[in-house]
Amino acid sequence: MLHRQDARVKLILTLAFLLVLGLAPTGAWPAYVLFAALVFSLETLSGVGWRYYFSRALVAVAFALAAVPLIFQPGGAQLASWHVAGIPVGIYSAGLERFLSIALKTWLAMQAALLLGVTTSFPSLLSAMRQLHLPKILVAVGGLMWRYLFLFEEEARRLMAARASRSASPGWSHQPSLIWRARVTGGMAGSLLLRSIERSERVYAAMLARGYNGELPLPPKQVLKKRDRWLLTAGVAVLGFLWLVSFVFGG
Amino acid sequence: MQYSPVSMHIPDGFLSVTVGILFWIISIIVLAVALRKTGQSLAERQVPLMGVLAAAIFAGQMLNFSVTGGTSGHLLGAALATIVLGPWPAMLVMTAVVSVQALVFQDGGLIALGANLFNMAVVGVSVSYAVYSLVQRLARGKSWGLFGGGFVAAWTSIFIASLSCALQLALSGTSPADIAVPAMAVIHALIGIGEGLITGGALAFLFSARRDLVQAGEGKPGSSRGVVVGGLVISVLLVVLSPLASSHPDGLEWVAEEQGFLSRAQEAAYDLVPDYVMPGINNEAAATIAAGILGAAVVFGVVIAAMHLQKNGASAKID
Repeated sequence: MLHRQDARVKLILTLAFLLVLGLAPTGAWPAYVLFAALVFSLETLSGVGWRYYFSRALVAVAFALAAVPLIFQPGGAQLASWHVAGIPVGIYSAGLERFLSIALKTWLAMQAALLLGVTTSFPSLLSAMRQLHLPKILVAVGGLMWRYLFLFEEEARRLMAARASRSASPGWSHQPSLIWRARVTGGMAGSLLLRSIERSERVYAAMLARGYNGELPLPPKQVLKKRDRWLLTAGVAVLGFLWLVSFVFGG
Repeated sequence: MQYSPVSMHIPDGFLSVTVGILFWIISIIVLAVALRKTGQSLAERQVPLMGVLAAAIFAGQMLNFSVTGGTSGHLLGAALATIVLGPWPAMLVMTAVVSVQALVFQDGGLIALGANLFNMAVVGVSVSYAVYSLVQRLARGKSWGLFGGGFVAAWTSIFIASLSCALQLALSGTSPADIAVPAMAVIHALIGIGEGLITGGALAFLFSARRDLVQAGEGKPGSSRGVVVGGLVISVLLVVLSPLASSHPDGLEWVAEEQGFLSRAQEAAYDLVPDYVMPGINNEAAATIAAGILGAAVVFGVVIAAMHLQKNGASAKID
Protein backbone atom coordinates (compact mmCIF):
# COMPACT_ATOMS: atom_id res chain seq x y z
CA MET A 1 0.00 0.00 0.00
CA LEU A 2 2.55 2.59 1.14
CA HIS A 3 5.31 0.80 -0.72
CA ARG A 4 3.81 1.73 -4.06
CA GLN A 5 3.66 5.49 -3.50
CA ASP A 6 6.11 7.81 -5.21
CA ALA A 7 9.36 8.04 -3.24
CA ARG A 8 9.49 11.82 -3.68
CA VAL A 9 6.12 12.22 -1.99
CA LYS A 10 7.15 9.97 0.86
CA LEU A 11 10.47 11.71 1.36
CA ILE A 12 8.94 15.19 1.39
CA LEU A 13 6.09 14.24 3.67
CA THR A 14 8.41 12.47 6.10
CA LEU A 15 10.64 15.53 6.30
CA ALA A 16 7.61 17.78 6.75
CA PHE A 17 6.26 15.52 9.47
CA LEU A 18 9.57 15.59 11.33
CA LEU A 19 9.69 19.36 11.01
CA VAL A 20 6.19 19.84 12.37
CA LEU A 21 6.83 17.35 15.15
CA GLY A 22 10.05 19.15 16.00
CA LEU A 23 8.25 22.48 16.11
CA ALA A 24 5.54 21.22 18.46
CA PRO A 25 6.09 22.92 21.82
CA THR A 26 6.86 21.10 25.03
CA GLY A 27 3.88 19.55 26.75
CA ALA A 28 1.43 19.75 23.84
CA TRP A 29 0.09 16.34 24.86
CA PRO A 30 -3.15 16.38 22.83
CA ALA A 31 -1.14 17.21 19.72
CA TYR A 32 1.27 14.39 20.49
CA VAL A 33 -1.71 12.05 20.60
CA LEU A 34 -2.62 13.14 17.07
CA PHE A 35 0.98 12.75 15.86
CA ALA A 36 1.01 9.27 17.34
CA ALA A 37 -2.35 8.52 15.74
CA LEU A 38 -1.00 9.48 12.34
CA VAL A 39 2.17 7.43 12.74
CA PHE A 40 0.37 4.37 14.11
CA SER A 41 -2.21 4.37 11.35
CA LEU A 42 0.47 4.64 8.67
CA GLU A 43 2.29 1.78 10.35
CA THR A 44 -0.86 -0.29 10.06
CA LEU A 45 -1.05 0.63 6.38
CA SER A 46 2.57 -0.35 5.81
CA GLY A 47 1.74 -3.96 6.61
CA VAL A 48 4.71 -4.42 8.95
CA GLY A 49 3.89 -5.28 12.54
CA TRP A 50 3.77 -2.52 15.13
CA ARG A 51 6.15 -4.43 17.30
CA TYR A 52 8.93 -3.90 14.78
CA TYR A 53 8.50 -0.13 14.82
CA PHE A 54 8.04 0.13 18.58
CA SER A 55 11.09 -1.88 19.47
CA ARG A 56 13.37 -0.42 16.82
CA ALA A 57 12.32 3.10 17.81
CA LEU A 58 13.23 2.47 21.44
CA VAL A 59 16.88 2.41 20.42
CA ALA A 60 16.77 6.15 19.85
CA VAL A 61 15.14 6.73 23.20
CA ALA A 62 18.31 5.38 24.79
CA PHE A 63 19.83 8.64 23.63
CA ALA A 64 17.37 10.31 26.00
CA LEU A 65 19.93 9.75 28.75
CA ALA A 66 21.45 12.98 27.50
CA ALA A 67 18.25 14.80 28.50
CA VAL A 68 17.82 13.22 31.92
CA PRO A 69 19.60 16.07 33.76
CA LEU A 70 16.72 18.34 32.70
CA ILE A 71 14.54 16.69 35.32
CA PHE A 72 16.67 18.05 38.11
CA GLN A 73 16.73 21.61 36.86
CA PRO A 74 14.76 23.94 39.11
CA GLY A 75 11.59 25.26 37.51
CA GLY A 76 7.90 24.74 38.09
CA ALA A 77 6.59 22.77 41.02
CA GLN A 78 8.91 20.56 42.99
CA LEU A 79 7.65 17.01 42.76
CA ALA A 80 10.13 15.22 44.96
CA SER A 81 13.32 15.95 46.77
CA TRP A 82 15.97 14.10 48.69
CA HIS A 83 19.56 14.48 49.73
CA VAL A 84 22.45 12.82 48.01
CA ALA A 85 25.65 13.13 50.04
CA GLY A 86 24.25 16.18 51.74
CA ILE A 87 23.32 17.96 48.52
CA PRO A 88 19.62 18.53 48.02
CA VAL A 89 18.31 17.03 44.78
CA GLY A 90 14.83 17.66 43.52
CA ILE A 91 12.63 16.64 40.64
CA TYR A 92 10.77 19.55 39.08
CA SER A 93 7.63 19.54 36.99
CA ALA A 94 8.87 21.82 34.20
CA GLY A 95 11.97 19.73 33.61
CA LEU A 96 10.06 16.48 33.82
CA GLU A 97 7.54 17.71 31.27
CA ARG A 98 10.34 18.74 28.95
CA PHE A 99 12.12 15.44 29.34
CA LEU A 100 8.99 13.40 28.66
CA SER A 101 8.18 15.54 25.64
CA ILE A 102 11.65 15.02 24.21
CA ALA A 103 11.57 11.28 24.78
CA LEU A 104 8.13 10.95 23.22
CA LYS A 105 9.00 13.14 20.24
CA THR A 106 12.17 11.16 19.63
CA TRP A 107 10.27 7.91 19.74
CA LEU A 108 7.69 9.20 17.24
CA ALA A 109 10.30 10.77 14.96
CA MET A 110 12.22 7.53 14.89
CA GLN A 111 9.08 5.66 13.86
CA ALA A 112 8.43 8.11 11.05
CA ALA A 113 11.97 7.62 9.76
CA LEU A 114 11.55 3.85 10.07
CA LEU A 115 8.35 4.07 8.05
CA LEU A 116 10.20 5.80 5.25
CA GLY A 117 12.99 3.23 5.40
CA VAL A 118 10.65 0.25 5.49
CA THR A 119 8.38 1.34 2.66
CA THR A 120 10.98 2.81 0.31
CA SER A 121 13.94 1.06 -1.22
CA PHE A 122 17.18 2.99 -1.13
CA PRO A 123 17.66 3.06 -4.92
CA SER A 124 14.22 4.59 -5.38
CA LEU A 125 15.04 7.07 -2.61
CA LEU A 126 18.22 7.96 -4.49
CA SER A 127 16.43 8.55 -7.76
CA ALA A 128 13.87 10.62 -5.86
CA MET A 129 16.69 12.74 -4.47
CA ARG A 130 18.17 13.16 -7.93
CA GLN A 131 14.79 14.25 -9.26
CA LEU A 132 14.55 16.71 -6.39
CA HIS A 133 17.80 18.20 -7.71
CA LEU A 134 20.32 16.98 -5.21
CA PRO A 135 23.87 17.26 -6.58
CA LYS A 136 24.78 14.59 -9.11
CA ILE A 137 28.07 13.60 -7.49
CA LEU A 138 26.52 13.04 -4.08
CA VAL A 139 23.76 10.86 -5.49
CA ALA A 140 26.27 8.91 -7.57
CA VAL A 141 28.53 8.34 -4.56
CA GLY A 142 25.53 7.27 -2.50
CA GLY A 143 24.39 4.87 -5.22
CA LEU A 144 27.79 3.26 -5.66
CA MET A 145 28.19 3.03 -1.93
CA TRP A 146 24.90 1.21 -1.61
CA ARG A 147 25.90 -1.20 -4.35
CA TYR A 148 29.09 -2.26 -2.58
CA LEU A 149 28.01 -1.87 1.03
CA PHE A 150 26.88 -5.43 1.56
CA LEU A 151 29.92 -6.80 -0.18
CA PHE A 152 32.20 -4.98 2.22
CA GLU A 153 30.05 -5.86 5.14
CA GLU A 154 30.72 -9.51 4.35
CA GLU A 155 34.36 -8.72 3.79
CA ALA A 156 34.56 -7.16 7.26
CA ARG A 157 32.76 -10.14 8.72
CA ARG A 158 35.26 -12.50 7.11
CA LEU A 159 38.16 -10.45 8.47
CA MET A 160 36.69 -10.67 11.97
CA ALA A 161 36.06 -14.40 11.65
CA ALA A 162 39.65 -14.87 10.51
CA ARG A 163 40.93 -12.88 13.47
CA ALA A 164 38.76 -14.82 15.87
CA SER A 165 39.94 -18.17 14.51
CA ARG A 166 43.63 -17.36 14.78
CA SER A 167 43.28 -15.74 18.20
CA ALA A 168 42.78 -18.84 20.31
CA SER A 169 44.42 -17.81 23.54
CA PRO A 170 46.13 -20.29 25.87
CA GLY A 171 44.67 -18.53 28.90
CA TRP A 172 44.63 -15.30 30.85
CA SER A 173 48.35 -15.45 31.44
CA HIS A 174 49.25 -14.61 27.91
CA GLN A 175 46.94 -11.89 26.72
CA PRO A 176 48.51 -9.57 24.17
CA SER A 177 48.64 -5.89 24.93
CA LEU A 178 45.90 -3.44 24.11
CA ILE A 179 48.08 -1.61 21.62
CA TRP A 180 48.78 -4.86 19.82
CA ARG A 181 45.10 -5.70 19.62
CA ALA A 182 44.31 -2.23 18.32
CA ARG A 183 47.05 -2.52 15.72
CA VAL A 184 45.65 -5.80 14.48
CA THR A 185 42.24 -4.17 14.10
CA GLY A 186 43.92 -1.26 12.37
CA GLY A 187 45.53 -3.68 9.96
CA MET A 188 42.11 -5.10 9.22
CA ALA A 189 40.70 -1.62 8.58
CA GLY A 190 43.69 -0.88 6.37
CA SER A 191 43.27 -4.01 4.32
CA LEU A 192 39.57 -3.32 3.98
CA LEU A 193 40.44 0.13 2.68
CA LEU A 194 43.07 -1.21 0.33
CA ARG A 195 40.71 -3.81 -1.09
CA SER A 196 38.13 -1.10 -1.61
CA ILE A 197 40.59 1.11 -3.45
CA GLU A 198 41.69 -1.73 -5.68
CA ARG A 199 38.10 -2.70 -6.30
CA SER A 200 37.26 0.87 -7.20
CA GLU A 201 39.99 0.78 -9.83
CA ARG A 202 38.46 -2.33 -11.36
CA VAL A 203 34.99 -0.81 -11.11
CA TYR A 204 36.21 2.31 -12.84
CA ALA A 205 37.76 0.29 -15.65
CA ALA A 206 34.54 -1.67 -16.02
CA MET A 207 32.53 1.53 -16.07
CA LEU A 208 34.79 2.99 -18.75
CA ALA A 209 34.40 -0.16 -20.79
CA ARG A 210 30.65 0.33 -20.65
CA GLY A 211 30.82 3.88 -21.88
CA TYR A 212 31.02 5.86 -18.63
CA ASN A 213 31.61 9.53 -19.37
CA GLY A 214 31.31 11.06 -15.92
CA GLU A 215 27.57 10.64 -15.59
CA LEU A 216 25.74 7.72 -14.12
CA PRO A 217 22.65 6.63 -16.02
CA LEU A 218 19.50 7.43 -14.09
CA PRO A 219 15.93 6.36 -14.60
CA PRO A 220 14.07 8.78 -16.84
CA LYS A 221 12.63 11.80 -15.11
CA GLN A 222 9.01 11.35 -14.25
CA VAL A 223 6.47 14.03 -13.65
CA LEU A 224 4.44 13.57 -10.49
CA LYS A 225 1.18 11.90 -11.32
CA LYS A 226 -2.05 13.64 -10.49
CA ARG A 227 -2.72 11.10 -7.78
CA ASP A 228 0.67 11.75 -6.20
CA ARG A 229 0.08 15.48 -6.25
CA TRP A 230 -3.21 14.96 -4.47
CA LEU A 231 -1.51 12.78 -1.91
CA LEU A 232 1.15 15.41 -1.37
CA THR A 233 -1.43 18.17 -0.95
CA ALA A 234 -3.50 16.09 1.43
CA GLY A 235 -0.44 15.18 3.45
CA VAL A 236 0.67 18.77 3.74
CA ALA A 237 -2.85 19.79 4.76
CA VAL A 238 -2.93 17.18 7.51
CA LEU A 239 0.46 18.29 8.74
CA GLY A 240 -0.62 21.92 8.67
CA PHE A 241 -3.60 20.99 10.81
CA LEU A 242 -1.34 19.14 13.24
CA TRP A 243 0.92 22.17 13.39
CA LEU A 244 -2.01 24.39 14.36
CA VAL A 245 -3.25 21.92 16.94
CA SER A 246 0.16 21.61 18.50
CA PHE A 247 0.28 25.36 19.14
CA VAL A 248 -3.25 25.65 20.35
CA PHE A 249 -2.63 23.04 23.02
CA GLY A 250 1.00 23.64 23.73
CA GLY A 251 1.18 27.42 24.03
CA MET B 1 22.81 -6.41 7.56
CA GLN B 2 23.64 -6.19 11.20
CA TYR B 3 24.48 -2.73 12.18
CA SER B 4 25.73 -1.48 15.50
CA PRO B 5 25.09 2.22 16.06
CA VAL B 6 28.04 4.43 16.86
CA SER B 7 27.51 7.09 19.48
CA MET B 8 27.29 10.73 18.47
CA HIS B 9 24.44 10.36 15.96
CA ILE B 10 21.82 12.75 17.30
CA PRO B 11 18.28 11.44 16.77
CA ASP B 12 15.38 13.70 15.84
CA GLY B 13 13.63 15.36 18.73
CA PHE B 14 16.85 16.29 20.50
CA LEU B 15 17.67 19.39 18.55
CA SER B 16 15.42 22.39 18.48
CA VAL B 17 14.29 23.05 14.93
CA THR B 18 16.23 26.33 14.90
CA VAL B 19 19.51 24.60 15.72
CA GLY B 20 18.71 21.79 13.29
CA ILE B 21 18.07 24.17 10.40
CA LEU B 22 21.06 26.33 11.27
CA PHE B 23 23.41 23.36 11.01
CA TRP B 24 21.69 22.13 7.86
CA ILE B 25 22.51 25.49 6.28
CA ILE B 26 26.14 25.42 7.46
CA SER B 27 26.63 21.85 6.25
CA ILE B 28 25.04 22.55 2.88
CA ILE B 29 27.34 25.52 2.32
CA VAL B 30 30.47 23.55 3.21
CA LEU B 31 29.36 20.58 1.11
CA ALA B 32 28.68 22.84 -1.85
CA VAL B 33 32.28 24.03 -1.64
CA ALA B 34 33.47 20.43 -1.29
CA LEU B 35 31.47 19.41 -4.36
CA ARG B 36 32.95 22.22 -6.42
CA LYS B 37 36.50 21.49 -5.31
CA THR B 38 36.12 17.77 -5.98
CA GLY B 39 34.56 18.44 -9.34
CA GLN B 40 37.45 20.69 -10.29
CA SER B 41 40.34 18.58 -9.19
CA LEU B 42 39.41 14.97 -9.73
CA ALA B 43 36.80 14.59 -12.40
CA GLU B 44 35.04 11.34 -13.12
CA ARG B 45 37.66 8.93 -11.83
CA GLN B 46 37.01 9.93 -8.27
CA VAL B 47 33.32 9.01 -8.24
CA PRO B 48 33.78 5.22 -8.14
CA LEU B 49 36.66 5.62 -5.67
CA MET B 50 34.54 7.71 -3.32
CA GLY B 51 31.54 5.42 -3.59
CA VAL B 52 33.44 2.21 -2.98
CA LEU B 53 35.53 3.77 -0.22
CA ALA B 54 32.39 5.02 1.50
CA ALA B 55 31.11 1.43 1.53
CA ALA B 56 34.42 0.28 3.02
CA ILE B 57 34.36 2.98 5.73
CA PHE B 58 30.80 2.06 6.58
CA ALA B 59 31.74 -1.62 6.85
CA GLY B 60 34.94 -0.69 8.67
CA GLN B 61 32.83 0.81 11.45
CA MET B 62 31.86 -2.78 12.29
CA LEU B 63 35.46 -3.71 13.10
CA ASN B 64 36.16 -3.55 16.80
CA PHE B 65 38.52 -4.83 19.42
CA SER B 66 37.76 -5.53 23.03
CA VAL B 67 39.22 -2.99 25.43
CA THR B 68 38.17 -4.14 28.85
CA GLY B 69 35.08 -5.31 30.66
CA GLY B 70 32.78 -5.54 27.66
CA THR B 71 33.65 -2.17 26.16
CA SER B 72 35.22 -2.07 22.76
CA GLY B 73 37.05 0.36 20.55
CA HIS B 74 35.92 0.96 17.03
CA LEU B 75 36.31 3.20 14.07
CA LEU B 76 34.45 6.24 12.78
CA GLY B 77 36.84 6.66 9.89
CA ALA B 78 36.83 10.40 9.24
CA ALA B 79 40.57 10.75 9.83
CA LEU B 80 41.42 7.68 7.77
CA ALA B 81 39.34 8.86 4.83
CA THR B 82 40.91 12.30 5.08
CA ILE B 83 44.48 11.02 5.03
CA VAL B 84 43.88 8.67 2.11
CA LEU B 85 41.62 10.89 -0.02
CA GLY B 86 42.35 14.47 0.98
CA PRO B 87 39.84 16.70 2.78
CA TRP B 88 37.22 17.58 0.19
CA PRO B 89 36.49 14.09 -1.17
CA ALA B 90 36.64 12.77 2.42
CA MET B 91 33.85 15.16 3.35
CA LEU B 92 31.71 13.75 0.55
CA VAL B 93 32.52 10.19 1.59
CA MET B 94 31.60 10.87 5.21
CA THR B 95 28.45 12.64 4.02
CA ALA B 96 27.42 9.54 2.11
CA VAL B 97 28.16 7.33 5.12
CA VAL B 98 26.30 9.46 7.65
CA SER B 99 23.34 10.06 5.31
CA VAL B 100 22.86 6.37 4.58
CA GLN B 101 23.06 5.65 8.29
CA ALA B 102 20.25 8.14 8.84
CA LEU B 103 18.10 7.21 5.85
CA VAL B 104 18.40 3.44 5.85
CA PHE B 105 19.46 2.45 9.35
CA GLN B 106 17.72 5.30 11.20
CA ASP B 107 20.89 6.02 13.13
CA GLY B 108 20.58 9.75 13.62
CA GLY B 109 17.57 11.85 12.69
CA LEU B 110 16.75 13.60 9.44
CA ILE B 111 16.17 17.08 10.86
CA ALA B 112 19.28 16.44 12.95
CA LEU B 113 21.16 15.16 9.88
CA GLY B 114 22.52 18.64 9.19
CA ALA B 115 24.08 18.73 12.65
CA ASN B 116 25.34 15.15 12.37
CA LEU B 117 26.91 15.94 9.01
CA PHE B 118 28.50 19.00 10.55
CA ASN B 119 29.99 16.98 13.42
CA MET B 120 31.20 13.96 11.50
CA ALA B 121 31.80 15.15 7.94
CA VAL B 122 32.74 18.81 8.37
CA VAL B 123 34.33 18.96 11.84
CA GLY B 124 35.66 15.41 11.77
CA VAL B 125 37.38 15.83 8.41
CA SER B 126 38.63 19.40 8.68
CA VAL B 127 40.01 18.93 12.19
CA SER B 128 41.81 15.73 11.28
CA TYR B 129 43.21 17.34 8.17
CA ALA B 130 44.45 20.37 10.07
CA VAL B 131 46.07 18.30 12.82
CA TYR B 132 47.54 15.82 10.36
CA SER B 133 49.07 18.58 8.26
CA LEU B 134 50.60 20.20 11.34
CA VAL B 135 52.17 16.96 12.57
CA GLN B 136 53.45 16.25 9.05
CA ARG B 137 55.13 19.62 9.02
CA LEU B 138 56.73 18.96 12.39
CA ALA B 139 57.90 15.50 11.36
CA ARG B 140 59.44 16.75 8.11
CA GLY B 141 58.63 13.62 6.13
CA LYS B 142 59.84 11.10 8.70
CA SER B 143 57.65 8.06 8.97
CA TRP B 144 56.61 8.69 12.60
CA GLY B 145 54.78 11.73 11.26
CA LEU B 146 52.46 9.43 9.38
CA PHE B 147 51.50 7.15 12.27
CA GLY B 148 51.76 9.77 15.01
CA GLY B 149 49.91 12.24 12.84
CA GLY B 150 47.23 9.67 12.10
CA PHE B 151 46.76 8.86 15.77
CA VAL B 152 46.61 12.48 16.92
CA ALA B 153 44.38 13.50 14.02
CA ALA B 154 41.93 10.68 14.70
CA TRP B 155 41.82 11.36 18.45
CA THR B 156 41.36 15.10 18.00
CA SER B 157 38.67 14.72 15.37
CA ILE B 158 36.59 12.49 17.66
CA PHE B 159 37.13 14.72 20.67
CA ILE B 160 36.30 17.99 18.92
CA ALA B 161 33.30 16.47 17.13
CA SER B 162 31.91 15.32 20.49
CA LEU B 163 32.31 18.83 21.90
CA SER B 164 30.40 20.17 18.93
CA CYS B 165 27.69 17.58 19.51
CA ALA B 166 27.41 18.48 23.20
CA LEU B 167 27.17 22.19 22.42
CA GLN B 168 24.42 21.55 19.87
CA LEU B 169 22.44 19.68 22.50
CA ALA B 170 23.02 22.42 25.05
CA LEU B 171 22.08 25.10 22.52
CA SER B 172 18.81 23.29 21.90
CA GLY B 173 18.08 23.28 25.61
CA THR B 174 18.00 19.48 25.62
CA SER B 175 20.92 18.80 27.86
CA PRO B 176 22.47 21.32 30.24
CA ALA B 177 25.97 22.32 29.16
CA ASP B 178 27.53 21.82 32.57
CA ILE B 179 26.70 18.11 32.34
CA ALA B 180 26.64 17.40 28.60
CA VAL B 181 30.01 18.94 27.75
CA PRO B 182 32.16 17.22 30.40
CA ALA B 183 30.33 13.91 29.95
CA MET B 184 30.72 13.87 26.17
CA ALA B 185 34.32 15.09 26.43
CA VAL B 186 35.38 12.38 28.89
CA ILE B 187 33.62 9.55 27.03
CA HIS B 188 34.99 10.58 23.67
CA ALA B 189 38.48 11.25 24.96
CA LEU B 190 38.49 7.50 25.63
CA ILE B 191 36.68 6.49 22.43
CA GLY B 192 39.15 8.66 20.54
CA ILE B 193 42.07 6.54 21.75
CA GLY B 194 40.54 3.48 20.09
CA GLU B 195 39.94 5.48 16.93
CA GLY B 196 43.50 6.77 17.01
CA LEU B 197 45.04 3.32 17.51
CA ILE B 198 43.01 1.75 14.71
CA THR B 199 43.77 4.65 12.38
CA GLY B 200 47.48 4.38 13.17
CA GLY B 201 47.38 0.62 12.58
CA ALA B 202 45.55 1.06 9.30
CA LEU B 203 48.10 3.61 8.15
CA ALA B 204 50.95 1.29 9.12
CA PHE B 205 49.36 -1.42 7.01
CA LEU B 206 48.84 0.89 4.05
CA PHE B 207 52.37 2.24 4.47
CA SER B 208 53.86 -1.21 4.03
CA ALA B 209 51.43 -2.38 1.36
CA ARG B 210 50.89 0.66 -0.85
CA ARG B 211 53.19 3.47 0.21
CA ASP B 212 52.07 5.68 -2.67
CA LEU B 213 48.53 5.92 -1.31
CA VAL B 214 49.38 7.45 2.04
CA GLN B 215 52.15 9.58 0.67
CA ALA B 216 49.99 11.02 -2.04
CA GLY B 217 47.72 12.13 0.81
CA GLU B 218 50.47 14.04 2.49
CA GLY B 219 51.76 15.47 -0.75
CA LYS B 220 48.55 17.32 -1.52
CA PRO B 221 47.98 19.70 1.38
CA GLY B 222 49.02 22.85 -0.47
CA SER B 223 45.74 23.14 -2.31
CA SER B 224 43.62 22.97 0.83
CA ARG B 225 45.10 25.56 3.11
CA GLY B 226 41.57 26.78 3.71
CA VAL B 227 40.65 23.48 5.32
CA VAL B 228 43.71 23.61 7.57
CA VAL B 229 42.76 27.07 8.77
CA GLY B 230 39.10 26.10 9.07
CA GLY B 231 39.90 22.98 11.03
CA LEU B 232 42.18 24.86 13.40
CA VAL B 233 39.65 27.63 13.93
CA ILE B 234 36.92 25.07 14.68
CA SER B 235 39.18 23.22 17.13
CA VAL B 236 40.30 26.33 18.99
CA LEU B 237 36.79 27.77 19.05
CA LEU B 238 35.23 24.61 20.43
CA VAL B 239 37.99 23.96 22.94
CA VAL B 240 37.67 27.51 24.27
CA LEU B 241 33.91 27.66 24.05
CA SER B 242 33.12 24.35 25.73
CA PRO B 243 34.57 25.01 29.19
CA LEU B 244 33.09 28.50 29.04
CA ALA B 245 29.69 27.07 28.20
CA SER B 246 29.85 24.42 30.87
CA SER B 247 30.92 26.85 33.57
CA HIS B 248 28.16 29.28 32.59
CA PRO B 249 25.31 26.98 31.62
CA ASP B 250 22.83 29.76 32.20
CA GLY B 251 24.37 31.78 29.41
CA LEU B 252 23.83 29.04 26.89
CA GLU B 253 20.38 28.38 28.19
CA TRP B 254 19.61 32.02 27.76
CA VAL B 255 20.66 31.70 24.13
CA ALA B 256 18.55 28.58 23.82
CA GLU B 257 15.52 30.36 25.14
CA GLU B 258 16.08 33.63 23.39
CA GLN B 259 17.17 32.07 20.16
CA GLY B 260 15.61 34.28 17.66
CA PHE B 261 12.74 34.08 15.39
CA LEU B 262 11.32 30.65 15.76
CA SER B 263 10.26 30.95 19.36
CA ARG B 264 8.80 34.33 18.57
CA ALA B 265 7.10 32.96 15.48
CA GLN B 266 5.59 30.31 17.70
CA GLU B 267 4.15 32.95 19.97
CA ALA B 268 2.79 34.81 16.97
CA ALA B 269 1.09 31.69 15.70
CA TYR B 270 -0.40 31.26 19.11
CA ASP B 271 -1.71 34.82 19.14
CA LEU B 272 -3.54 34.25 15.88
CA VAL B 273 -5.94 32.07 17.78
CA PRO B 274 -5.78 33.72 21.19
CA ASP B 275 -8.77 32.27 22.96
CA TYR B 276 -9.14 29.21 20.92
CA VAL B 277 -11.55 26.70 22.32
CA MET B 278 -13.16 23.81 20.65
CA PRO B 279 -16.75 24.76 19.89
CA GLY B 280 -18.79 24.66 23.07
CA ILE B 281 -15.85 23.67 25.22
CA ASN B 282 -14.09 26.33 27.22
CA ASN B 283 -12.42 24.19 29.79
CA GLU B 284 -8.84 23.19 29.19
CA ALA B 285 -9.21 19.70 30.54
CA ALA B 286 -12.35 19.13 28.53
CA ALA B 287 -10.62 20.40 25.40
CA THR B 288 -7.76 18.02 26.04
CA ILE B 289 -10.13 15.13 26.43
CA ALA B 290 -11.96 16.17 23.27
CA ALA B 291 -8.70 16.18 21.36
CA GLY B 292 -7.88 12.78 22.75
CA ILE B 293 -11.21 11.43 21.60
CA LEU B 294 -10.67 13.05 18.22
CA GLY B 295 -7.26 11.39 17.99
CA ALA B 296 -8.69 8.03 18.91
CA ALA B 297 -11.40 8.48 16.31
CA VAL B 298 -8.83 9.34 13.67
CA VAL B 299 -6.80 6.24 14.50
CA PHE B 300 -9.88 4.09 14.48
CA GLY B 301 -11.09 5.49 11.17
CA VAL B 302 -7.76 5.12 9.45
CA VAL B 303 -7.22 1.61 10.74
CA ILE B 304 -10.65 0.56 9.48
CA ALA B 305 -9.97 2.21 6.14
CA ALA B 306 -6.55 0.57 5.97
CA MET B 307 -7.96 -2.88 6.65
CA HIS B 308 -10.62 -2.30 4.05
CA LEU B 309 -8.07 -1.21 1.47
CA GLN B 310 -5.81 -4.10 2.24
CA LYS B 311 -8.63 -6.55 1.91
CA ASN B 312 -9.51 -5.03 -1.45
CA GLY B 313 -5.87 -5.10 -2.51
CA ALA B 314 -5.57 -8.74 -1.52
CA SER B 315 -8.68 -9.74 -3.41
CA ALA B 316 -7.54 -7.71 -6.41
CA LYS B 317 -4.31 -9.69 -6.40
CA ILE B 318 -6.21 -12.95 -6.31
CA ASP B 319 -8.28 -11.83 -9.28
